[in-house]
Amino acid sequence: MTVEATLFYGFAILAVVSALGMLLNFRNTVASAMSLVVTMVSLAGIYVLLEAYLVAAIQVMVYGGAIVVLFLFVVMLLNLSTDEFPRGRRRLAKLALVVAGVALLAQALVALGRSPLLSAPVAAVPEGFGGYRALGIALYTDFVLLVEMASLLLLAAIVGALILAKRKID
Amino acid sequence: MLPMDHVVGLSAILFALGVLGVATRRNLIAMLMSIELMLNAVNLALVAFNRIWSQVDGAAALDGQVFVLMVISVAAAEVAVGLGILLSMFRNRDSVDIEEVSLLRW
Repeated sequence: MTVEATLFYGFAILAVVSALGMLLNFRNTVASAMSLVVTMVSLAGIYVLLEAYLVAAIQVMVYGGAIVVLFLFVVMLLNLSTDEFPRGRRRLAKLALVVAGVALLAQALVALGRSPLLSAPVAAVPEGFGGYRALGIALYTDFVLLVEMASLLLLAAIVGALILAKRKID
Repeated sequence: MLPMDHVVGLSAILFALGVLGVATRRNLIAMLMSIELMLNAVNLALVAFNRIWSQVDGAAALDGQVFVLMVISVAAAEVAVGLGILLSMFRNRDSVDIEEVSLLRW
């Protein structure tokens, strides 16, 4: 096994374990959010191994930084602590959803295992793949409309969040 | 070189964990975190497929990574609005338990 593959399996195990930690931490929402940070950072490590360097940096900054800090801010602001496993009448419906999720995963894994495309060797990347220069040129030439749409969406989200969180609209 | 089938398999596992989180948790903030996990799983699949189809006629093809950046900005917008909804829900109901919010349930 090559060094890259070993690193990948390490990051993959870390990501799955911390995702499980996020799911199973019913008592403490802050610990849940910290587990989510570990998942995000190990995914950034896998992006580096896949030679998507700028995406890895943005993953750490936006997800590990901004988004999880926002979660922690709200958790601490509202002083949330406990969350029990669903009981009573909704339990059966949720159990059915869990079974459906596991079945979906099993089907996806079987389908992936049969794919000839994914087991074929991958060609080396061209010069500058995944760096800020190539990605920046792609963003501001071919995908410039997409960038404008993203900025419009973020503006709408800022206005929407402000109005939702404001105590009284004047 | 990474085993691509295992990379996409990891993405499927993380997505399923996100689905389980949305299905089982009752805390709205934990559900939002599970949705983030699902978005990250999709991002991983996009980056992996971009690595497989990394060039067109010798030039770098970065469509998958551009899509990942778009997904990240959509996720940021979604978290901002979701936490705004959560704040106003907490203000009105004094709880973030989704079982308490049943106005639209049939």
